Amino acid sequence: MVDLIILASLLALGYFFGQYFEKNHYKSIIKREAKYRNVVAIASRIPPVSENPGASILVTGSVVISVDYFKRFLASLRTLIGGRVVSYESLLDRARREAILRMKKKARSLGADKVFNIKLETASISKNARGGIGSIEVLAYGTALVPVRR
Amino acid sequence: MIVSNMEIIPGKRVKEHFGLVQGSTVRTKHVGRDLMAGFKNIFGGELRGYTELLHEAREEAVVRMKQQAEAIGANAVLNVRFSTSSVAQGAAELFAYGTAVKLE
Repeated sequence: MVDLIILASLLALGYFFGQYFEKNHYKSIIKREAKYRNVVAIASRIPPVSENPGASILVTGSVVISVDYFKRFLASLRTLIGGRVVSYESLLDRARREAILRMKKKARSLGADKVFNIKLETASISKNARGGIGSIEVLAYGTALVPVRR
Repeated sequence: MIVSNMEIIPGKRVKEHFGLVQGSTVRTKHVGRDLMAGFKNIFGGELRGYTELLHEAREEAVVRMKQQAEAIGANAVLNVRFSTSSVAQGAAELFAYGTAVKLE
């Protein structure tokens, strides 16, 4: 009985705080994406030759983000029937967008407006969630081209 | 020392190749951070402690890679890649590698 109450309160806490944090995070992501729109992230490996060659600087952005208890519970139920795990999809989406934003922020602070050869890497770092992915790390990196002022 | 994850540096020519250079570090978090991460696993959200830890560790790996490149007389590292692997419970290895070259 006590176990059941603890489980229910954990689920409720996870549900309310998780929703709240996710909503706020998406709001802030959308706001900052508009702010950094003029820093262009390009996935091509080699910049066009016509580009005014400036200094090349490696820029990185990373974030470690965790899923809440309620969503983890949903995901564990989902493994019984299979299919889309929507709760983890939004987690990965948020993490990737956040990592790219941090990379862009770094690029802009260096005075760059283009970042080439973007690579994204995802790693699951926390194994303490009883085998579940729980928290993930996303790293975004690329080469910022800082135009030389004349 | 120029570090880039592109194969070329725009406007510069590669004079000499020195081959692969690498830098790595293995890090683990302390108990306090682990406890905080436990709370965050209930509420969800960013684990700032971990973000910082991994960021610092990655910088360290890049610094070691640069030192290795410098030691063999290179002035740039191209095509840099990062890799993360967990080697033990709660410990992660951050690894950076690239090609050391001399630019004109």
